Amino acid sequence: MSVVSLKPYNFPAKDVRENFPAPLLFIGWDDHLMFGAPIALPLPPDTPFGALGTAVLPGTYGYHPDFAKINWDTVEWTKSGQPWKPDPAKTLAENGLKHQDLIRFRTPGLSGLNGSCN
Amino acid sequence: MDTPVLKKKLGLKERYAAMTRGLAWDTTYQPMDKVFPYDKYEGIKIHDWDKWEDPFRLTMDAYWKYQGEKEKKLYAVIEAFSQNNGQLGVTDARYINALKIFLTGVTPLEYYAYRGFAHAGRQFTGAGARVACQMQSIDELRHYQTETHALSHYNKYFNGMHSAKHMFDRVWYLSVPKSFFEDAYTGGPFEFLTAVSFSFEYVLTNLLFVPFMSGAAHNGDMSTVTFGFSAQSDESRHMTLGIECIKFLLEQDPDNLPIVQGWIDKWFWRGYRLLSIVAMMQDYMLPKRVMSWRESWEMYVEENGESLFKDLARYGIRKPKGWIQACEGKDHISHQTFAVFYNYGAAAALHTWLPKEEEMAWLSEKYPETFDQIYKPRWDYWREQAEKGNRFYQKTLPMLCQTCQIPMIFTEPGDATKIAYRESDYLGNKYHCCSDHCKEIFDNEPEKYVQAWLPPQQVYQGNCFKEGVDPSAEGFDPLLAVLDYYNLKVGRDNFDFDGSEDQKNFAAWRGDSVEGAKK
Repeated sequence: MSVVSLKPYNFPAKDVRENFPAPLLFIGWDDHLMFGAPIALPLPPDTPFGALGTAVLPGTYGYHPDFAKINWDTVEWTKSGQPWKPDPAKTLAENGLKHQDLIRFRTPGLSGLNGSCN
Repeated sequence: MDTPVLKKKLGLKERYAAMTRGLAWDTTYQPMDKVFPYDKYEGIKIHDWDKWEDPFRLTMDAYWKYQGEKEKKLYAVIEAFSQNNGQLGVTDARYINALKIFLTGVTPLEYYAYRGFAHAGRQFTGAGARVACQMQSIDELRHYQTETHALSHYNKYFNGMHSAKHMFDRVWYLSVPKSFFEDAYTGGPFEFLTAVSFSFEYVLTNLLFVPFMSGAAHNGDMSTVTFGFSAQSDESRHMTLGIECIKFLLEQDPDNLPIVQGWIDKWFWRGYRLLSIVAMMQDYMLPKRVMSWRESWEMYVEENGESLFKDLARYGIRKPKGWIQACEGKDHISHQTFAVFYNYGAAAALHTWLPKEEEMAWLSEKYPETFDQIYKPRWDYWREQAEKGNRFYQKTLPMLCQTCQIPMIFTEPGDATKIAYRESDYLGNKYHCCSDHCKEIFDNEPEKYVQAWLPPQQVYQGNCFKEGVDPSAEGFDPLLAVLDYYNLKVGRDNFDFDGSEDQKNFAAWRGDSVEGAKK
């Protein structure tokens, strides 16, 4: 469906890739609702995927006692809700990540404060 | 000699007819459709505008008289409140934060409503509808003014209320109410009426007004209570306009039904999402609670709504699509919303805090199925950390829903441990929503929602710094630059209530120690 309008309705989208210095990536940590919402970060496409766990996410999620215990080799990723196996040695772009993609990670054995998903 | 003319006074009904429909005419120099281009394109078919039942037979002269009297009373109370230092009589300075939300997030909507009704009041061809919209338009402007005046007294004593209009156009959480109303008034006049007069004013407004006004009464804020009384008689007129409008549309042509139903589905959900902020205010921000969000949802929506939609069933109208999910949300949204404000307390122009022991107990009692299991653990942990001087502040910007613009805090129906994620592709770009209903709204009009001014995206695009700021300069702090762009006074308007200037001042004015106030 589309907008019902009196005249031709054609306006630019606000958040196309060209408007950002780097592609925007959305990241969520499942079962950790102490962080009220997933996050948005512009990340250069040549960032190695493995840097997420070591360099990018500690500032965001390091407050949680589970974070230091994460074994990044066992982390399960999803992209747009589908199981997904990124290569940590490759870059975000080489792993096929595009502007406004959503990736989430689950940390088996670590499901929030006392397993409460918080 | 002139024949003496007997001046006969018109009866109420004739007077009303003379001063509304009697003043209308059909244009002849230009075709009517050209003069009134907006009242057909939405697809709504009106065959006989004379069938419009005027909800209140109010004429302009009577309107001025009533409103003038109400104003006099209101301003007398506001004046007395200010002369008697009424701000010292509120239960606790935490309460003022509910007013900060109201002033920055709700009051500007009154101004938008004024603009929307002025537009609708110009565009309908039916004179009855035009007059009703014009009067409501003036009401809304009056509410904008009286709310601003009533609350301006608090601005002299408390932080965070100094730049309401400036913040409304910029601050991240205020994009939620702002985009709601911009969505409504960029629709056609019939959609606007269905959105604001029916879905919001008729179905949901009690949930906005009653908690704020009775919350004010319970917490010693007579200034706001008086404003509420002054607006109340207007609100009942607005609600009547809402229901009459829906019935009129449905009686005019059977083809109107699917269009109106679609609008009700959309605007019920949009309004429900907007009220998340009221839910949090009610459950977390009133030092003296009135009733829980869950209880008021049951009273004002579930009970009243049942009978309303039963009544509308004869026109073929069913309950809005999101009804069941909204009812399920009554156990969750206040907790989810206050928690995200607590997360982002460094970037908000109001204070958040850890609920006190007795408040935690109240939440457990009011939310027996959800609070202890799902929400309490995070508060316990935050308290433990705050006591060690490690209060939680999230510094990374959140992902928002493309439609309601609320951070993606809402959970899956039936599973409050999983954030709900929905995704759409449009013209090669990805868009994300918080729920099936926000996604459906997006999918129905993607051209509209791709224009959304989403605060995190705008920050990252570099559009939220004051003019002349150089993000490439050495030592540039993007968060401070954004807060400066908001006109937010760091260390006064933001951060935890505990330790805030508001807290210290209030304690000093009342002769309490801050420690004493905490006990």
